[in-house]
Amino acid sequence: MFAMINNAFSIALKEIRRNLTRAFLTVLGIIIGVSSVVTMVTLGEGTTEAVKSQISSLGSNLLMVRPGAGFGPRSRSAGVPDFTEADVDALLRQVPGIAAVAPVRNTSTSAIYRENARMGGVTGTNPGWFEINNWTLESGRFFTDDDLKKGAAVCVIGQTVVDDLFADEDPIGKKIRVGKASVEVIGTLKEKGQVGMGDQDDTLVVPLSTLRRRLLGQTSAHDIGMISISAEDGVDSDWMIENIETVLRERRNLQDNQENDFSVMDTRQIAETLSSSTQVMTTLLATVSGVSLLVGGIGIMNIMLVSVTERTREIGIRLAIGATAKEVLLQFLVEAITLSSVGGAMGIVLALGFCTLLAPMIQVNFIFNTQINIIAFIFSAVVGVVFGFAPARRAASLDPIDALRHE
Amino acid sequence: MNTKSLIHLEGIHKIYGEGDASFEALKGINLDILSGEFVAIMGPSGSGKSTLMNLLGCLDRPSSGSYRYEGIHVESLDKTQRSLLRRYALGFIFQGFNLLARTSAVENVELPLLYRGIGRRKRRQLAREALDSVGLADKERNTPGELSGGQQQRVAIARAMVTQPRTLFADEPTGNLDSKTTDEIMLSLTRLNQEQGITILMVTHEEDVAQFAGRQIHVLDGLIAHDQQNH
Ligand SMILES: Nc1ncnc2c1ncn2[C@@H]1O[C@H](COP(=O)(O)OP(=O)(O)OP(=O)(O)O)[C@@H](O)[C@H]1O
Ligand SMILES: [Mg+2]
Repeated sequence: MFAMINNAFSIALKEIRRNLTRAFLTVLGIIIGVSSVVTMVTLGEGTTEAVKSQISSLGSNLLMVRPGAGFGPRSRSAGVPDFTEADVDALLRQVPGIAAVAPVRNTSTSAIYRENARMGGVTGTNPGWFEINNWTLESGRFFTDDDLKKGAAVCVIGQTVVDDLFADEDPIGKKIRVGKASVEVIGTLKEKGQVGMGDQDDTLVVPLSTLRRRLLGQTSAHDIGMISISAEDGVDSDWMIENIETVLRERRNLQDNQENDFSVMDTRQIAETLSSSTQVMTTLLATVSGVSLLVGGIGIMNIMLVSVTERTREIGIRLAIGATAKEVLLQFLVEAITLSSVGGAMGIVLALGFCTLLAPMIQVNFIFNTQINIIAFIFSAVVGVVFGFAPARRAASLDPIDALRHE
Repeated sequence: MNTKSLIHLEGIHKIYGEGDASFEALKGINLDILSGEFVAIMGPSGSGKSTLMNLLGCLDRPSSGSYRYEGIHVESLDKTQRSLLRRYALGFIFQGFNLLARTSAVENVELPLLYRGIGRRKRRQLAREALDSVGLADKERNTPGELSGGQQQRVAIARAMVTQPRTLFADEPTGNLDSKTTDEIMLSLTRLNQEQGITILMVTHEEDVAQFAGRQIHVLDGLIAHDQQNH
């Protein structure tokens, strides 16, 4: 038995060396399949991880209220009114446990300083917003309640905006043109970094009153697209959500039989929503690359079918000379397993190479996932054995003379 | 039945194909070959010589009839047992050579030794000697594609002889050879027959090649027409 296995190995390796092109093509199919599966799943996981870590950097006791049911990417249904400033005040007064609340109105416009210009979002809010979103200052100051009351022409900017508008200059005290208004930069924010869902530092904040008076003009009392709330430590967020909902339902005149026309979410729920959507993406990528693994397998099958005549004759010769069907099959099995494991291993190495290269480019961490590597490797071995071994089984069951006559 | 009978055929039929397309290549062959004989099988093209040789060499199975090799009922053996019979007792030289492609001459000759479990060194040495005896010592590294038809045939002969099988089946072993090489091959076959006592069955079209054998069998249309001893 040992001698038989030993023999099968030496014959199989000889056959591989003798037909390097065939071996190369077989291995190539597996390499492509395995490397794409491993790359996609690894990067997908990295993305999920990045999103999660970013969400936890938002702070654990943050709540967001938005008009419209559902909390997907802007799933605001038509006709649902935004919030008013009175809603915000009511929440602060009536809901216990609120540490800070900030109305948020967003718009998008140009910002110009001398010859530098950019297009981007502008946020109008109150001073509590900085605390709620965990911002710290790089230089200058935040705007104050006084600024808010007066509608002062001031703004605070993130590092991306600093880089866009001010080359080497100190931004503090400089006047920039935002839309049609001229505002003074009074503070810059410390960098938060660019993780997962977009650039946090691409931020330009003005007092809400300034946004209304100087930039947009107020058309309706219902102009607040989002309310950010931070809860005091130790407050149960489900309880808080319930209270917020009660207050808002009353203020929005909803009957008992009507659904909420707004939604409240805390950071945990946001995290779940976002990571479940990235998981969907990962699954999708895995499916796509699973298909490419299958295509690789079909490629292998093709090569095997093309060479089946020659291989059937080879089997006929070996049988005629006194090899048993079992010995021949063992040889083919060893060949198939060798090629597909070499292919699988090379695919994994290639994938890890891709990942180390690509992960920094798309700004995710490279997380080595043992499981997917093992799965891809086993799958490649199975593919190789099934497609490489099946034709040999048929040939080895023939009488030698029939195998020799095969054409 | 003769006690020394090595091969005993009784009522062997071979039908290729099925139904209307079927063709009866052997129509009832009865034959006894004694151990140590050197037999030439002759006959026109298509008469069934190769068909008969394939059956004798256990490469194919008859449609009906019985074949006993050394008293063993070959039809009762399973595939593995027939493989082992071929491995340890039989040698076969094919009309169409059947060498492994892209494989050097010496490795082709080594192949049957490998399945017999003979060590690498010994294998190489025996294979070289066999190649030498057919005059191909300088071509051992060449693959079949790099050899002439006659050279390929000689590699096939060396491969069949290298194991010193009890019985050697040769289907037109000199079909592609010039008369000088033919004589050399026939001399080494004769030597195997006389010195090692190897039984040889050889198909040939050439009368002077058949003269090396001690017995001539003529096949005609799937039947044995003559069977005579040489003098
Ligand atoms: N696989 C096959 N299927 C159908 N018919 C076959 C097959 N093999 C051989 N035959 C037929 O059987 C007959 C005998 O063939 P065989 O090869 O035994 O002839 P042969 O005597 O060896 O001829 P040659 O001297 O040309 O080699 C031929 O008529 C051939 O057409
Ligand atoms: Mg023939």
